[in-house]
Amino acid sequence: MPKWFTPLALLCGAMFAVSPLIIANAPYESTMGLVQKIFYYHMPSAWMFLLGAIVCGIASARYLATGDDRHDRTALSAAELTVLFGLLTLVTGPLWARRAWGTFWVWDARVTSSLVGWLVSCAYLILRKYGGPGSERLAAALALFGMANVPFIYISVNYWRTIHPPTTVVPTLQFSMGFPLMFCVAAFLLLFILLMTMHKRLEEGRRRLDALHLAFDE
Amino acid sequence: MTPRFGAAVWRIVRKDWTVEARSREIAYTTLFFAVSCLLVFAFAIVREGKAPEGAGEGVLWATLTFAGTLALGRTFERERQNETLRALLLAPVPRAAVYVGKLVGVVSLLLALELILAPLVTLLFAAPLLSRPLWLLAILTTGTLGFAAVGTLFAAMLVRARSRDALLPVLLYPVVVPVLIAGVRGTSALVAPEFDVAIARFWLALLVAFDAVFVTLALWTFELVMSD
Amino acid sequence: MTTFARVAFTLFLLGGAALALSQQTLGQQPERQDEFVPVSELPPTEQMPAAPLLVGAYVFVLVALFVYVLSIARRVGAVQQEVARLEGEIKARARS
Repeated sequence: MPKWFTPLALLCGAMFAVSPLIIANAPYESTMGLVQKIFYYHMPSAWMFLLGAIVCGIASARYLATGDDRHDRTALSAAELTVLFGLLTLVTGPLWARRAWGTFWVWDARVTSSLVGWLVSCAYLILRKYGGPGSERLAAALALFGMANVPFIYISVNYWRTIHPPTTVVPTLQFSMGFPLMFCVAAFLLLFILLMTMHKRLEEGRRRLDALHLAFDE
Repeated sequence: MTPRFGAAVWRIVRKDWTVEARSREIAYTTLFFAVSCLLVFAFAIVREGKAPEGAGEGVLWATLTFAGTLALGRTFERERQNETLRALLLAPVPRAAVYVGKLVGVVSLLLALELILAPLVTLLFAAPLLSRPLWLLAILTTGTLGFAAVGTLFAAMLVRARSRDALLPVLLYPVVVPVLIAGVRGTSALVAPEFDVAIARFWLALLVAFDAVFVTLALWTFELVMSD
Repeated sequence: MTTFARVAFTLFLLGGAALALSQQTLGQQPERQDEFVPVSELPPTEQMPAAPLLVGAYVFVLVALFVYVLSIARRVGAVQQEVARLEGEIKARARS
């Protein structure tokens, strides 16, 4: 692991430990009350989910274009993180919605698009695991299609009524709410980078292991 | 597109049509599978002898998705068994011609299926799908093209993969969600009592945009992924 | 232009066209909030029932992240152990 890993990991852990206190001190929202505080974990999770999907898509495109294994490893790591943060988003969202909108699930634009995008990233991992040899390129093609699909999914689902708070909420936040949000975003982003680093280390280790096995069998 | 490209595509399409005309295996199995699907849907949603409002378009597109997946799998299984896909890729034709040739074959098969399914759904689910046949044809064609564009690519990619039969739907369905949505919504705009041209045109435009983007993307990806 | 640039340009054009089309309003857009309005005290009706949902959400996130970190750490450790073992065996073989 690189030198900066341990200090940053400690910092990240500390930030997560402190975040509930900062969130508890944030003011309540006037119409949604206590449950709106899920927002401070839900929103960063959603952003990391999107970030993971973008990183995976770009790495997949570069892998298909150049054939360099490093891009493939990046894509795989990013896909795992996309599934993880997507799961966090899709669970915290309905828990918030149950109170704020009265129902666990609605088929509105952003929720449905997120679900479909999450399914594509799950399909990526399933393909990598069960597709047999050569599935790296197939999975990269899938990631590319998934990424190209995002505007279409969003537009087509947007026909349905959307009651999700629009993204214009974030810039209008006052400091008392904006600071906890940015703090949590920083914590999540740091975690994302740390997890990507760990995962890439894992993949590099696996490559070395395969090479060693081959050398061993000679 | 050079004449050689067009000629190569036509030769591939004609080969598929000839083989299919002789055995009719894929056509019949897909057709009967689609009809069984309709039956399953009927038993699932018909209440007290009447189909619910707006069920027809949903059932039509769901059946097309399932039957289309089957047809894709069978088409490429046939190529795999006879090692003809490798032969096609080794032949001195542009790779893209192989993709387009297979795509035309799959689309023609599915369109023939839709010619039978649409009247059946109209009959069984009391949905006046045939009230505006030209619009219906436009939406079905563009939707089928979008579905088949992605499906042909994925099915070709998976030909040598393990668990290919289970993996094709897992990969395909999330990616063709926009086509499904646009197809169902466009078809339901057609059967609405007051036909709103703007809505139908919107969904048709979305389907056309999807087709353009994904056929282009598939052409590029096919070259890269099938090059070994 | 390379093929990739051509594809990217086509995607960009068509994505833009699709987005422009979608701006035609189709259904009505119902009530939705455009801002979060902070308040300093909870209205009394809101106190209890939200707490389990809130706690559940946070616990889920922290537990899931913790489990994932453990999973990666375990996998990295297993791979490193295996690598060390194989390197040792190869060295032993080279010596003999």
